[in-house]
Amino acid sequence: MSLLELKNVTLKFGGVTAVNELSLSVEEGQVFALVGPNGAGKSTVFNMISRFYTPVTGSIVFDGRDLLTLKPHEVPQLGIARTFQNIELFDRATVLQNLLVGRHRLRKTTLVEEMFFVGRARAQERAHRHAVEEVIDFLDLQPYRNQMIAGLPYGVRKVVELARALSTRPRLLLLDEPASGLSVEETQDMRWWIDDIRRQMGITVLMVEHDMGLVSNVCDRVLALDGGRKLAEGTPAEVQSHPAVIEAYLGTAAVSKTANATGGRV
Amino acid sequence: MEFLQLLVSGLANGCVYGLVALGFVLIYKATEAVNFAQGDFMMLGAFVMLGLVNPQYMGINFWLAVPLALLIMGALGYLLDITVLRHMFGQSQTAIVILTIALGFVIRFIAGVIWGHEPVNLHSPLALGDMRAFGVVLSLADIAVIVVTVILTMLLWQFFQRTKLGLAMQASSQNQMAAYYMGIPVKRVQGAIWALAAIVACVAGILYASKGSLDISAGFIGIKAFAAAVIGGFGSLPGALMGGLIVGVIEPFASRYLPPGYSQIAPYVLLILVLIFRPHGLFAQVRTKKV
Repeated sequence: MSLLELKNVTLKFGGVTAVNELSLSVEEGQVFALVGPNGAGKSTVFNMISRFYTPVTGSIVFDGRDLLTLKPHEVPQLGIARTFQNIELFDRATVLQNLLVGRHRLRKTTLVEEMFFVGRARAQERAHRHAVEEVIDFLDLQPYRNQMIAGLPYGVRKVVELARALSTRPRLLLLDEPASGLSVEETQDMRWWIDDIRRQMGITVLMVEHDMGLVSNVCDRVLALDGGRKLAEGTPAEVQSHPAVIEAYLGTAAVSKTANATGGRV
Repeated sequence: MEFLQLLVSGLANGCVYGLVALGFVLIYKATEAVNFAQGDFMMLGAFVMLGLVNPQYMGINFWLAVPLALLIMGALGYLLDITVLRHMFGQSQTAIVILTIALGFVIRFIAGVIWGHEPVNLHSPLALGDMRAFGVVLSLADIAVIVVTVILTMLLWQFFQRTKLGLAMQASSQNQMAAYYMGIPVKRVQGAIWALAAIVACVAGILYASKGSLDISAGFIGIKAFAAAVIGGFGSLPGALMGGLIVGVIEPFASRYLPPGYSQIAPYVLLILVLIFRPHGLFAQVRTKKV
């Protein structure tokens, strides 16, 4: 059974159909990418999985559980974490504090224990701190541990957001444009990290990404969207050479020849 | 001796300001809005207590009535959030501020209808008896105010530093969207904050009413408490308490040593000075980073 399964999902905003009869399934351990031009409905799909939007029809099932019965704050409890296109961090807190908030769903102590910092509270605090430290090591965030988010460069914030998502110990990680705004070197790092997240941590990844270089390097499976509809699905190479995809990006088939000549960066 | 007496009674007054200022800071920390009805919450808390304790109303034992009054106010705070404030979700903070000013009017009006407009006295065991030490006279209420305030501030500080709920409150104030993705039920947490602010206001109200007479305009000490919160640095709990103490202590000294009338404006003069020289307050939590 697939880890995440969307079946015939349709979402409308007034008269606009943002997502149209979309079905997709992400297998455990896969890195799955959603690609498509701006406004294709990629982020909307993310927002439905995280329960900010409710589809008009269709079903979304995660590991056998119907996501549509849940409230937004209950989604992380199942082990779904997410990063954003326009970084959403706690700006007036340090990197460490941000990551510790990521442990929120795993805190099991009672108010009184926490208040007086006795018993399990101490042991658990230590365990959470330890888990966060592992993520910091994994993503090389050591130099920024005690810095305020507000003063950090964009590239670092992007990594902190990934770190916070990992701190929640997810089974499925949703990455919304993990490479947007990153330099070539940072994108390269991101590529290795996504690889390691899958291999070492065994986390399934569903991402939206425009950088086809990154997509073809790390993804097993790609789904191209346009106007809320599925255009093509398959391996990165299959999708990139699919005529409908090329047309959606470049308008006419004639121009697509030049695109192929430039190394397939659609 | 006179100096010490002024200081001690100033501190006791300052604690009440501090408690109301704590309420301001709580709401500010959690919603980034200023609740100008905080002073009126205090007045309402005091009247709820009075309604429970005084013989012409229900006549319940004082110590039994304390947890009851706190519970009632907590529930009212939560209900207020569900019925009114939650609908402001996503609106600008200015809109919320104006709404709280209006809420203050409504609370004052309702309290006037229920409990009348004349000053009344709470039948409080704290209002009886005083203590003499080192030539200073201290009423039981003054001592209670100081002790309760210190303990409450420490508890609240621990609450925000250590507890899951306290951290969830801070997280949702900084970024609601991100808080959702960390598994924090943002709306419920905000309700909890309003409940907590109402409970703190109720504690302040009970202590205030134990110190003297009470009428429906008691809520206007909220303005002084607001000054105290700003002086202490909005957003800092210990800062709010310190700001309250400073304002409380300035008043008796100004009325003793300065020409008549100056004691009224002294706290605000200090407020202006703080805003000029330390705009983030004396105990600012947020230090702006130089780029």
